[in-house]
Amino acid sequence: MKRFSIIGKDVPRTDAATKARGSAIYTDDMKLPGMLHGRLLRSPFAHALIKHIDTSKAASLPGVKCVITAEDTPKIKYGNWRLFPETQDEYALAVEKVRFIGDEVAAVCAIDKDTAEEALDLIEVEYEDLPAVFDVASSMQPGAPVIHDYCPTNISVNRKIKYGDVEKGFADSDYVREDVFTVHGVSHAYLEPCSALAQVDLDGRITLWTSTQVPYIVQCLLASTLGMRENDIRVIKPYVGGGFGGKMELRAWEFCAALMAKMTGRPVKFTLSREEEFLAGRRRHPMTIHSKVGFRKDGTLTAKDLKIRLDGGAYNAMGPTATFLCGNFGAMLYRYPNYRFHGEHVYTNKPPASAMRGFGAPQSLYATEIQMNIAAEALGIDPVDLRIKNAQVSGDEIPDVAVISSCGFVESIKAVAEMSEWKEKRKNLKPGHGIGIGCYSFISGGVFNWFNTQYPFSAAEVRVFSDGTAHLLSMASDIGQGSDTVLKQILAEELGLRMEDIRITVADTSMTPQADLGAWGSRVTLMAGNAVIDAARKIKEQIFGSVSARFNLNVIHELECKDGRVQSKVKSDYGLSFGEAVAMAQKANRGEPIVARGSYTPRDKGLVTPAFGFGAQVAEVEVDRETGLVEVKHMWTAHDCGTVINPRSVEGQLAGSIQMGLGYALSEQFVMDGGKTLNTNFADYKMPMATDMPPSDVVHIDTYEPEGPMGAKEAGEGLASPTAPAISDAVYHAVGYRCMDLPITPEKILEDLEKMSETGDKQA
Amino acid sequence: MKHQIRFTVNGDEYVVAVDPRRTLNEVLRDDLNLTGTKLGCGTGDCGACTVIVEDRTVSSCLTLAVSVNGKAVRTVEGLAPSGEELHPIQEAFVKTGAIQCGFCTSGMEMAAAHLLSRNPSPGEEEIRAGLSGHLCRCTGYNQIVEAVSVAAEAMRNSKTEEVKG
Ligand code: FES
Ligand code: FES
Repeated sequence: MKRFSIIGKDVPRTDAATKARGSAIYTDDMKLPGMLHGRLLRSPFAHALIKHIDTSKAASLPGVKCVITAEDTPKIKYGNWRLFPETQDEYALAVEKVRFIGDEVAAVCAIDKDTAEEALDLIEVEYEDLPAVFDVASSMQPGAPVIHDYCPTNISVNRKIKYGDVEKGFADSDYVREDVFTVHGVSHAYLEPCSALAQVDLDGRITLWTSTQVPYIVQCLLASTLGMRENDIRVIKPYVGGGFGGKMELRAWEFCAALMAKMTGRPVKFTLSREEEFLAGRRRHPMTIHSKVGFRKDGTLTAKDLKIRLDGGAYNAMGPTATFLCGNFGAMLYRYPNYRFHGEHVYTNKPPASAMRGFGAPQSLYATEIQMNIAAEALGIDPVDLRIKNAQVSGDEIPDVAVISSCGFVESIKAVAEMSEWKEKRKNLKPGHGIGIGCYSFISGGVFNWFNTQYPFSAAEVRVFSDGTAHLLSMASDIGQGSDTVLKQILAEELGLRMEDIRITVADTSMTPQADLGAWGSRVTLMAGNAVIDAARKIKEQIFGSVSARFNLNVIHELECKDGRVQSKVKSDYGLSFGEAVAMAQKANRGEPIVARGSYTPRDKGLVTPAFGFGAQVAEVEVDRETGLVEVKHMWTAHDCGTVINPRSVEGQLAGSIQMGLGYALSEQFVMDGGKTLNTNFADYKMPMATDMPPSDVVHIDTYEPEGPMGAKEAGEGLASPTAPAISDAVYHAVGYRCMDLPITPEKILEDLEKMSETGDKQA
Repeated sequence: MKHQIRFTVNGDEYVVAVDPRRTLNEVLRDDLNLTGTKLGCGTGDCGACTVIVEDRTVSSCLTLAVSVNGKAVRTVEGLAPSGEELHPIQEAFVKTGAIQCGFCTSGMEMAAAHLLSRNPSPGEEEIRAGLSGHLCRCTGYNQIVEAVSVAAEAMRNSKTEEVKG
């Protein structure tokens, strides 16, 4: 394998020092002269017609500069799935009707926050309450209230995948298992509440600073909803305090900030409260998963039939993608010779669900993994062996969907079993203790062009200078995951420079090359990384020529960029410093700067992704039979992310995934009363703290992804999936409670233990 | 009616007229432009807004500005000795990878500063306990815990050097 000088090293993150000092500027830290403060009025009804809005009292409150409702907007719908315009179902401010508690109805801006808040109370809205639906089953009933007129069934997306002959597969099976799982919604709970600040420049163009994962998408959708041209909108992403999928669309406050900045001629800033984030913010899709799976006696999989209904809430948001992906993930991990999937995305009168770390995988794979464990028990095969027997390997194909390139799945399962001493522990644990396994696969960015961009999926521009430095420009979004550092590492490696030789400008839609679809689906390292390499190679072509000419090298000489020099590979004294080589190339070009553009668009890579990450995780738990409390004692993880570009960053991502997975399994959930979210603060929405984290061990499985930059692929997002099934299986192993409806709560465990003691058996 | 308060932040004296309902968080961020102190929840549950008042850590989002009249406040901006150097705690956060999105960082660092001022050699359990009440959604806490113990060691070593020197 190739030896790297910067890739694979624990390079400190380029943004760490400024964040450590508290000098990194996030959107809400910004202030502009004359800036106004905005607030949104949200619907108190889950489903209602807006009969009348009177904003006159609010508008006449001293200090209020502008009050808007849908009437003041062009009323143009938006949504991320531009490829299918009928899925674009959202208005920035509600038109005629509201569809969930928290739906944005009006906006005000004033000279200070208190005045804006006071003005909200003065807006009078007359609603006519409509019958509402809060779960998928009622929403799909004939005669159920229709949430969007264009969609009389309330089923906004239908997605089917089918290969092989499922019925025949089941007929040939010795064991068929059918279950229904329900999984719940959870919050992204990024620490930074959303914020957006808009300013209008002299020509009436708009600059928007916003806490987003997708500056390019915000630019395009803001332009279309305001009826402006794309280039009239400039979106800049400052530092962002986490996203996890919750900041990947155009949002009402971004639109309102921009429109009100235009209307008032003054900068306008909106920052959400944590209560608003919990009350109305995006969330992970709750799903009902009907899964039927068949095996032969020896454990060989024969078929899978998967039906998933996603509770989408009131708008599509990223639901269509989640619908596609949960079906794709259903076919991952194991070799299902026959597979059928039907996914339905269903509207309800609840806050919209959307993308969240794992993007359909945590839900779908929960069902997969629990059923594997149920089947293993029924077939009398160790769960680890059953997995290895059926595991996907490099070269496997999901017909018409994807081909698996690099794959360290079997190695991951074996490694995690060994680290955790699975075989012994599975047999000989103390009462109340249990050990369980969960696995995952995940994408390295999406292939399907739902946004219908006409640009490359990722692009990069590299400029090099005679002082030996380089400037990297990219629209990719570092939202805390560390992609700026990774992109710099990739460029430094390719050009033989040091980290400190590289300046980076990112995520500014006017200054960085078109385009980048944003930070989601673990796409940045692979896609933006490949774009950087493409640009860097073009730079090398330009400067290699000058070195070749300078030393009169035979054309067969291979040149390289290494250790700050550009030189012949075999005779390194035939070479110049990087800066000298740039200067010569520039001279040869009569002063023209040395600049190159690179790009990456996945082509001919099926429907899902160019590369899959894999991994396996084992959890050991102790369950208190008296209280039903679950304590996770240890986690072991083995994962395959291809080349590890920055080990510390990857480990940090993994630990973060475990924290989120732990919360998903055991403590986090939205408490809903109909359409109302009741737990709207961190005291009642229980996220794991430092004291809740189990000790954990990690190994990276060494693979090289041919499609990835320097062999790298997805890291850290896929691990949102295995933690919940691993813990769930360990709880079953400990006390016999099999969780079919996440989360695993003490109440559910105690209730089940009670039932078991009555009937005197262990249920499967 | 506004109240005039006089207090120091990181050694600098400020006199501000504040509404009695104004929180310390608002005064730091909005009036003094010290935006290193964050606002993650406003309800005292996340720790992102933590600052040190006299020798106690407080949630600045729940602390009324008038209550710090006459007191000394320390924020993340007061940790580093200069623009070129970092405080050992910050150094350790950078080195161990304890910072991802960075939104929890200043609160975590202030909690660490307070913890280490009372207990220069905390064990892992003590560090975790010292950070409980501080939420981080990115790191899973492990590298933050490691950062605090790395910082503790660095600070102990520099103390002994001082004594020796
Ligand atoms: S902002 Fe003060 S504790 Fe969260
Ligand atoms: S680093 Fe993002 S919340 Fe802690």
